[in-house]
Amino acid sequence: MEPFKKHRGLVCPLDRRNVDTDQIIPKQFLKRIERQGFGECLFYHWRFDDEGHKKQDFVLNKEKYEGASILIAGENFGCGSSREHAPWALGDYGFKVIIAPSFADIFYNNCQKNGLLLIKLDEENVKLLMQKAQQESFYLDVDLVNQVVVSDTLSIPFDIDAYQKKMLLEGLDEIAVTLKLEDEIRAYEQTR
Amino acid sequence: MKPRTIIEKIWDKHLIHQEEGKPDLLYIDLHLIHEVTSPQAFEGLRIHGRKVRRPDLTFATVDHNIPTTPSRVSTDPISIKQMSTLEKNCQENGIELMDIGHPNQGIVHIIGPELGLTQPGKTIVCGDSHTSTHGAFGAMAFGIGTSEVEHVLATQTLWQKKPKTMQIKVNGKLGRGVRAKDLILAIIGKFGFSVGTGYIVEYTGEAIRSLSMEERMTVCNMSIEAGARAGLISPDETTVSYLKGRKYVYNERFDELASEWLSLATDEGATYDKTIEIDAASIEPQVTWGTNPSMCLPISATLPHPDAQYDVEEKESIEKALMYMGLEPGMPIADIKVDYVFIGSCTNARLSDLQEAASIVKGKKVKEGVRALIVPGSQLVRLQAEELGLDKIFIEAGFEWRQSGCSMCLAMNDDVVPAGKRCASTSNRNFEGRQGNGSRTHLVSPAMAAAAAINGHFVDIRELETVHH
Ligand code: SF4
Repeated sequence: MEPFKKHRGLVCPLDRRNVDTDQIIPKQFLKRIERQGFGECLFYHWRFDDEGHKKQDFVLNKEKYEGASILIAGENFGCGSSREHAPWALGDYGFKVIIAPSFADIFYNNCQKNGLLLIKLDEENVKLLMQKAQQESFYLDVDLVNQVVVSDTLSIPFDIDAYQKKMLLEGLDEIAVTLKLEDEIRAYEQTR
Repeated sequence: MKPRTIIEKIWDKHLIHQEEGKPDLLYIDLHLIHEVTSPQAFEGLRIHGRKVRRPDLTFATVDHNIPTTPSRVSTDPISIKQMSTLEKNCQENGIELMDIGHPNQGIVHIIGPELGLTQPGKTIVCGDSHTSTHGAFGAMAFGIGTSEVEHVLATQTLWQKKPKTMQIKVNGKLGRGVRAKDLILAIIGKFGFSVGTGYIVEYTGEAIRSLSMEERMTVCNMSIEAGARAGLISPDETTVSYLKGRKYVYNERFDELASEWLSLATDEGATYDKTIEIDAASIEPQVTWGTNPSMCLPISATLPHPDAQYDVEEKESIEKALMYMGLEPGMPIADIKVDYVFIGSCTNARLSDLQEAASIVKGKKVKEGVRALIVPGSQLVRLQAEELGLDKIFIEAGFEWRQSGCSMCLAMNDDVVPAGKRCASTSNRNFEGRQGNGSRTHLVSPAMAAAAAINGHFVDIRELETVHH
């Protein structure tokens, strides 16, 4: 996994609450056995009509958000299924950071394992950033080391669990870390 | 010793490694896998030259995208590839696979319990959010993503941060015609669908105690729709007698096991980080009307008016949902007409669910213009239902009697609700497009779904004379 330290990117406002994983990546794309190539399926039914043409009114399709790498959304983002295809699709599309007031648990974990940074901010700050991104072409600097998001005019600190921060900063392979504890795992197995 | 909840007991028993500033490393007793969320995990193992640590604690089935038609032949080359990939991965790693044609094939959360793989006190994971179902037995069971599937395959462990605990206490008794499905929908409707976020839930109270094992599974299944990764119920005599004699239970040592299981129940005086309560007698049969499971109302209600009492965002979300669902504000729920009826899924496709539906359907006909499917949750359920003659009751009434799988719950196979069509479904999610792009889903109990199939619209099953408690 790529380590995550700092990121500067264009912000795309997705002003919806309860965005579920069926929306992030519809089920017809879950049949693939690869990890790559899910970006084109991201938000498929919101982005494309039945003939596969882009829907112009959907925010991701607007020219001014082309190349956006920071997504900002309403509460309970990523609710629903455990499909890791959702973070794969977001990452493959080019998103590195997602900001929302809250995230569903499994989705949060899954993003973490794929090097996506999820930032929980309070409703008010999310609203503020959302409005800015709606009005203008809005860039944010995300600094994981110092736990702060910064633009020309504002600076908002965020919380993150220390362990999750470390995993992201170092881009650690969790399985390799666990396998170092082999003796303990074996000892545990022998007690059963 | 300080009184502990069952959650703490299971946690303590599975703790392998603890370190300041890190989550705990927990041992996993049972890992269930299926075709959709496992291929990339096996691929990851292969890339790193890693092996499956405990194939003997890993069990696989195909359920999500398999056909439920009589012939069971898939025509979709990508689905076929996904299934054959699972077969290959299981073969290479010595994992037992309950494939199409296997007498124990079925939805992963239905076969675990019915084979006795699911047992009190176990830690159980699966790359599927409804793994919470197994919590009904007093197991700690939760859904994981594919990276975690890979981690469990390689190490038989998971890093987990100790979650907070929540008690959902259901006081009193459920009324006539009110089912486990109505109970869990009412909880989500009342407390919202992120009430459980960050918690493991234990369901307690008189109404929970009097539920059968199958009904308890329905409740725990939808814990995830209440935001909780896991929901469980302390084991009792109901749990023990359900498990006796099941295939994977160590039956020679059963009495010993049973007393171990019973000792897991939450101690008198144990405390939770949060407790919420609901009165069972106040619950009516429920119908979801919107695009998330908390948008749910009693059958006797009328649809909300977006302009009344709500804040701006609430109002917008009601408007959006009504628009997507093609419904008018203020309309009585009982006037909503359905095009499809789906009785199936890991929420409600066990034998008692089919019996409940059959008791309503018997001797009647599906309303003209309605397409109705019964998809048993497993081959065993299907067989047992056929032994009781339920298949005949359904077929005579005009239902399609299908093979087992997830089917129209998520419409990954050919069982799809067309755009704009309305389905009464016993599954667990009513998200936009869940049952097919543009489909409209109303979540209900099996009895309510069966009654909707016969009448062509929702009806209050308490008014039907065939309904007993
Ligand atoms: S029946 Fe539905 S909810 Fe259950 S495992 Fe299958 S797809 Fe998931």
